[in-house]
Amino acid sequence: MVDQPSWDLLADLQLLLEFHFMQNALLAGTLVALLAGATGYFIVLRGQSFAAHTLSQVGFPGAAAGILLHLSPALGLIGFCVTAALGIGLRGRGLDAGWRGESAAVGGILAFALAVGLLFFSLYAGSVEAIYAFLFGSILGVTDRDVLVTALTAALALLALAVIGRPLIFASVDPEAAEARGVPVRALALAFLVLVALSVAVAVQIVGTLLVFALLVTPGAAAQRLTPRPGLGLGLSTVLSLLFVWSGLSVAYFSPLPVGFAVTTLAFGTYVLARAR
Amino acid sequence: MSHILAYDFMRNAALAGTGIALAAGLAGYFVVLRNQVFTSDALGHVAFTSGLGALVGGVQLLAGVFGGTIAVALGMGGLGGRARGRDVAVGTVFAWVLGCGVLFLSLYSRGRSAAGGTAGVSLLFGSILGLRPAQAVTAAAAGVVISALLLLIARPLLFLSVDPDVAAARGVPATALSFGFLVLLGATVAEAVQAVGALLILGLLVMPAATAQRLTARPYLGLALSGVLAVLFVWAGLVLAFYLPYPASFLITTLAFATYLVSRWGWLW
Repeated sequence: MVDQPSWDLLADLQLLLEFHFMQNALLAGTLVALLAGATGYFIVLRGQSFAAHTLSQVGFPGAAAGILLHLSPALGLIGFCVTAALGIGLRGRGLDAGWRGESAAVGGILAFALAVGLLFFSLYAGSVEAIYAFLFGSILGVTDRDVLVTALTAALALLALAVIGRPLIFASVDPEAAEARGVPVRALALAFLVLVALSVAVAVQIVGTLLVFALLVTPGAAAQRLTPRPGLGLGLSTVLSLLFVWSGLSVAYFSPLPVGFAVTTLAFGTYVLARAR
Repeated sequence: MSHILAYDFMRNAALAGTGIALAAGLAGYFVVLRNQVFTSDALGHVAFTSGLGALVGGVQLLAGVFGGTIAVALGMGGLGGRARGRDVAVGTVFAWVLGCGVLFLSLYSRGRSAAGGTAGVSLLFGSILGLRPAQAVTAAAAGVVISALLLLIARPLLFLSVDPDVAAARGVPATALSFGFLVLLGATVAEAVQAVGALLILGLLVMPAATAQRLTARPYLGLALSGVLAVLFVWAGLVLAFYLPYPASFLITTLAFATYLVSRWGWLW
């Protein structure tokens, strides 16, 4: 909207990086994409997409609580999401079993979490924009402090993922054999859920509570369609996630489309293409 | 009670809320029985996007919500199946549907400043206290019609849900019933959006039914209990919302959730 894009890509890049808010957005977006792409591959591999969905909805009251208590929303997000992840992990595998009673219970928790978020926002008497920012993301309003929090969280989570990556793939693909070989399957599952919670907490800033699924699960799902090899798939998932965020941000910068729409549409389109292959 | 009902907006809310809750409670019982909780969640997302789409396109809001939700419900019936791994596909589709909702929201609020934003939030979280008399009558009538249709197909639908193979062998028209139920579910979700909003739909649709299934194994009793509970939650939520400074949809959802927890773990105390 500021300037029209041209076919001179270098000039376009200069335009993109002209403003401080876009620098912050691209920086935070890159960190989130790296983390979400890598975590997402494991989420799809382990069939925990519904747990990811639940954690992202818990993020909404978390962010609202952070604002209400005059802490940063990021702290509230991380606190609520990690607590919920521990709860899900310690309750065992109930969440992902498609069991009738459980899915009703989870549905209730989802609705209740969003209702609590609504309550917090009405207590805060915040603007409608604040609600939208957390539901649908507000990447163009990322502050320097947010970038710092995101960078630290992402670095920590990626480091942890690198450490547990190999045994986690083993435990995800063949839990029985892994357990027999002395891999601590339950501890790994819990640690991984906490990592998912951290990824959700940072990704919410970019795409918001409701759209986090698109960034967290779609690259992993598309990568799994394209290659059965775990190492390659993990790399592909991360690259796809980076591409979605970068091109989504660029499209949103040069056109009147919202970032959330651009990112989800790219992700969805890629997934459909990968399926159709 | 007469004190509360002295206000127009409370009368409208009680009238609409009763019809909506009855439909949601009855439909919800089948949703839990048929394991279609995620379908309902997904339809809630669709209701949001189609409502905003209607506002952008200049169509009447309610017509858009009903039309869009029922159309997608039918499409999902066409997909069929409840296989695992489908949740990734469904989740991806609905993340995108919500993404489209964001687009419509930005299109609608442009040049209209505050009004667009408020319309979006009331679609997401409900606006039962802001209904006009005509809307309330429409909502109540639609709720009664949906409930009557559900009761009409209740017997074969229960049979089909509990034991699909035997039901099919006995000549129950399985496909027609499944599609018919999805249409009614779509209509119920579109109705419930007015009361609790697109995001809190599961609170009214699934919680009363899950509570009823905890309390009784008998299908007709459970069905009736589910409908009664849903109506009670909405009434109690409205009364509380009258006195407390909290949003009505929050109170309704919280009551439903708390009752479910008590029905589930009540024996511990």
